[in-house]
Amino acid sequence: MQLEKPVQLEPLERVEEQGQTHLDTMTINMGPQHPSTHGVLRLLLTLEGEVVVKCVPDIGFLHTGIEKTAEAKSYHKALVVTDRMDYLAPLSNNLGYSLTVEKLLDAEIPPKAQFARVLLVELQRIASHLVWLGTHALDLGAMSMFLYCFRERELILDIFEYVSGARMMTSYICPGGLQADLPPGFDRMVRDFIKVFPDRLQEYHDLLTNNALWIERTKGVAPLSAADAIAWGVTGPVLRGSGVAWDIRKAFPYSSYEKFNFEIPVGSNGDVYDRYLVRMLEMEQSLRIVQQALEGMPEGDYRTSDRKIAPPPKWEVATHMEALIHHFKLYTEGYRPPQGDAYVRIESPKGELGFYIVSDGSAKPYRMHVRAPSFANLQALPLMVEGQLFSDVIAAIGSIDIVLGEVDR
Amino acid sequence: MNDVAKTVEQIYARFPEAIIEVTTFRDETTLVLHPEYLVAVATFLHDDPAEQFTFLADITAVDWLEREPRYDVVYHLLSMPYRKVLRLKVRVGEPGEEHPEVPTVTGVWPAANWFEREVYDLFGIVFTGHPDLRRILMPSDWSGHPLRKDYPLTGFTLPEPHWGGQVLYEEAENQPQPASSPPPSAQQR
Repeated sequence: MQLEKPVQLEPLERVEEQGQTHLDTMTINMGPQHPSTHGVLRLLLTLEGEVVVKCVPDIGFLHTGIEKTAEAKSYHKALVVTDRMDYLAPLSNNLGYSLTVEKLLDAEIPPKAQFARVLLVELQRIASHLVWLGTHALDLGAMSMFLYCFRERELILDIFEYVSGARMMTSYICPGGLQADLPPGFDRMVRDFIKVFPDRLQEYHDLLTNNALWIERTKGVAPLSAADAIAWGVTGPVLRGSGVAWDIRKAFPYSSYEKFNFEIPVGSNGDVYDRYLVRMLEMEQSLRIVQQALEGMPEGDYRTSDRKIAPPPKWEVATHMEALIHHFKLYTEGYRPPQGDAYVRIESPKGELGFYIVSDGSAKPYRMHVRAPSFANLQALPLMVEGQLFSDVIAAIGSIDIVLGEVDR
Repeated sequence: MNDVAKTVEQIYARFPEAIIEVTTFRDETTLVLHPEYLVAVATFLHDDPAEQFTFLADITAVDWLEREPRYDVVYHLLSMPYRKVLRLKVRVGEPGEEHPEVPTVTGVWPAANWFEREVYDLFGIVFTGHPDLRRILMPSDWSGHPLRKDYPLTGFTLPEPHWGGQVLYEEAENQPQPASSPPPSAQQR
């Protein structure tokens, strides 16, 4: 699309400083209340005309002291606060926490629980990417995408509600396995979703992927090189968009991911468009995993049979003495992992989510630290954005897919 | 899967006095180092072609209130080409030391920038040589370091009138009060 003749603009004001003329800079504040910062993020942008010279993020507006709260709660109760960090993918947070506690306890999780966890976490990945897509497209002007994506997300939230009782803050994946068994009718719901979703995803591709306006807005915008990404601790689709084929599900498989066939989409330019494509293709791969998990779901227990970790069923508590004692000890005090520390990393929809839990032998975690992917990814925002135009800042923030709940904890 | 035994041997060979202890728990190896050797070991782990720990996953700290030294600063390293994982720990914090010091590793891994700021903000450990050491999560005028074990979970009572921010423990009405009365800001509405 070419204009007939280029528009003549007034020359911008130039200032004389240290013997050189350059444009006058202005520092403006973006956020913390802003529709496009995806949460309470404050950016101090120094602009020279439309070009961003310096970008300083200011975070901490959503800091709720989750790590300190977890020190005051027993391990099972602390699960609840983990939902609220990356609030768009609570099941991923639950999984990370549960795997870390299980590592400390050296607990064995039955295969059915592992497959169910994979199924739910991949559905959660699709849900999180749908929110990303809807809000990212909305920010860049493709407003109808928002409602389309949320329509699909409703189907996933219905599945979560059916399984756990809650749409978002499920706390369903707990140390030991799952909080309750998968109810009957669960596979029918997931099958219905699997039938519907590929066409919808194709619709989104048709709307955006080859759209000239979308490409104009996202190609070549906010690039991040692979070396910079690794040096700055960036993970997830941002790292893969920059060309590094690193996915923790393949590198350090957890929860029986090694049994699934799926691919890792990798970009090449590290710009917003590549990150967009990586996430779109990831949704497709996640659906593939969900299908495999559903078809290959083994029979068995939904939680470990170790009564020192997972409480016994009620009928057993009513008739057996040991079960009663286990039930009592678990609900009054909770299990006590041995002294030591463990760090477990999982591939959450945003990147590498790590939980570092230090146990001093008591029933409460002595220290729980969460390595939030959005915290590290946000650190790289100034690299992506300095030297770019101001409107590209919005595209860049959307493409990193930050969730302030986990940035600030 | 995680073959860091050779890495540990190499570090023993090159920096014989750097390591205080090596522990392995649940298949994870932890090296406790002397703070003076931290940057040298970090640079070796980052640059050596057989190690290539180019990815810094996390820096955090643990407050062992009754122990001397008080804090453990913990570094989680990852080598992507070799799929190796390693944890480094540095123990700092003598009794009476309000702000223990640790050299920064931002020269080795730029990712350390915000992680070290967070540890400074929440624990009060100063990273010498850090390009921009200031609070990151708490407001900039906050006093106190919330994740320390002697900082109460519910914070301190703020004296009236207050505009936000926090006053030093000695200046507040001494004891943190239980939440029986609504917080002051609620009364002002």
